[in-house]
Amino acid sequence: MMNILTAPFRKATSSALAPAFSTWREAREGEIVIDEVGIAFGPEGKRHIAVSPTSITIKPGEFVCILGPSGCGKSTLLNAVAGYVKPTTGRILLDGAPIDGPGPDRGMVFQQYSLFPWKTVRENVAFGPKILGRFDPSPEATADTLLDMVGLAKFAGRYPAELSGGMQQRVGIARALANYPRVLLMDEPFGALDSQTRHVMQENLLKIWAEFRITVLFVTHDIDEAVFLGDRVLVMSASPGAIIADIAVDLPRPRVPELAVDERFMALRRLCHETIRQESMKAFEQQNT
Amino acid sequence: MLARTMDPAETHGTAAPLQVVSPPPASAEALAALQHSRPEKLKGWAAVHAVLASPALPMRWARRILALSLGILWWHLAVKYQLNVIVKFDNVSSPAEVWASFIKHINGKMYFTHVGVSIRRIAIAYLFACAIGIPLGLLMGRSRIINDFIMPYVEILRPIPAVAWIPLAILMWPTEESSILYITFLGALFPIILNTVAGVEQTPEVLVRAARSLGAKQRQIFRHVVLPAALPNIATGLAVGMGVAWFSLLAGEIISGQYGIGYFTWTAYHLIKYPDIIVGMLSIGLLGTLSTLGVQAATKPFLRWQARAR
Repeated sequence: MMNILTAPFRKATSSALAPAFSTWREAREGEIVIDEVGIAFGPEGKRHIAVSPTSITIKPGEFVCILGPSGCGKSTLLNAVAGYVKPTTGRILLDGAPIDGPGPDRGMVFQQYSLFPWKTVRENVAFGPKILGRFDPSPEATADTLLDMVGLAKFAGRYPAELSGGMQQRVGIARALANYPRVLLMDEPFGALDSQTRHVMQENLLKIWAEFRITVLFVTHDIDEAVFLGDRVLVMSASPGAIIADIAVDLPRPRVPELAVDERFMALRRLCHETIRQESMKAFEQQNT
Repeated sequence: MLARTMDPAETHGTAAPLQVVSPPPASAEALAALQHSRPEKLKGWAAVHAVLASPALPMRWARRILALSLGILWWHLAVKYQLNVIVKFDNVSSPAEVWASFIKHINGKMYFTHVGVSIRRIAIAYLFACAIGIPLGLLMGRSRIINDFIMPYVEILRPIPAVAWIPLAILMWPTEESSILYITFLGALFPIILNTVAGVEQTPEVLVRAARSLGAKQRQIFRHVVLPAALPNIATGLAVGMGVAWFSLLAGEIISGQYGIGYFTWTAYHLIKYPDIIVGMLSIGLLGTLSTLGVQAATKPFLRWQARAR
């Protein structure tokens, strides 16, 4: 199902950034292997299981959404891939190498606005390349290219507080991409935005992804968002957090807003909805017995 | 069942066609009238009030100067008529006497020596307080162990007023001058430490995470995230510290020493030069205010991003 989507589309995309990114795009990097990863917190005897042992493989360039209610452990799993949380059991591999702490090979976009308020928009985006210092001869030029891509070139000299929420998140995406990461990790990045802005942002993100062909792991509790964006939707259930369904989204790309009334889109949405509902019912019954 | 009602295929055939009604556009005249309209003119008391309450800067300064003038007028009248309600004004100098005394002093040399000595003491003690307080506060904010070792001292020593330090300071330090500097230094030190610690501790965790995922190491996180996040608080600590430094300096100068604006004020009392008491007091107020404004002006360039946010 994946191949139907990617094969013709990849050829059709022409990008201004293509020369810069072609090397690692052909390298087909960005494979994530989550191998029997379980995460538990708390003192001995009172362990709280946030994520029960889970195994997932995400192919290079794939757009995977983790869908689930709040508190189901989806952000914890994402934070483990990011390297902020160490798995209690199992291991996570990025292109075969185990993950040990956060790193510039995985760009992170947060739900809260996480731009550095004391840096201008350009300085925010240039921060990563500047810190790494070896690959990029001109971090500012990279920043301007990326800002142009998210449509914010005009705001490069502004401070984050002068931008709207949606604009700040676009800067956040540009900043996460500035290190040429292999994977983009997104933790409910559009959760705080109004619905109009959110829809525009989703389309924007898909355009960027089409240019970069980067692996995306996207956490959300919004069913429509997960189906609209993803190649796959992993449905996660609460306590203890476990993937209960791996749903392939065989919708054509580029995804357009009209998809919202497409029968296949609605069927997929219904499927996600049903899966979550059954699970919630089960949990509800368990609580009441 | 839910699914069937959501299906557009079901509703397409049966639903009435959607209607869109566009309201008529505004006429050119109406738009022009709005464009050239003037704000409403106020009449009578409302107009007077609008001028008096104007938020414009010249008007604000006019109000401030008026307030001070009224205060001086009240002072003048209270002295003239020897007001005697709980507090007695018969030994208080009038504004005119104080002014005359002030003019006499600024034509002489001694007054400037006293002011100069006080400013020098503030400058030395304050610089030491900054040089020790800011780094110490940063370390305490970053390291729980260092915090636990130093915070008990800060908490116990901080409430001790400068006056209470004087006997021990004189016993401990070799010269009177160094004991005054020490007391001034302590006054500035605690607000600087505490505000710096608070600034570091309130660094948003998400910014630290963002920096880590962008490849920043501990030192870079400190330089690019923790330090700038703490800067607004450090600036507050520096301004408060300057105020407390003057406070402590004056206590030291009144009780010991041969120079300084505090000494000047206190000897004026002993020498029965009553106008000089008020000259000294107002000089202290003015110097304290100016130096605090100076600190604020010096920290402002580092906080430009904050001004833009408002």
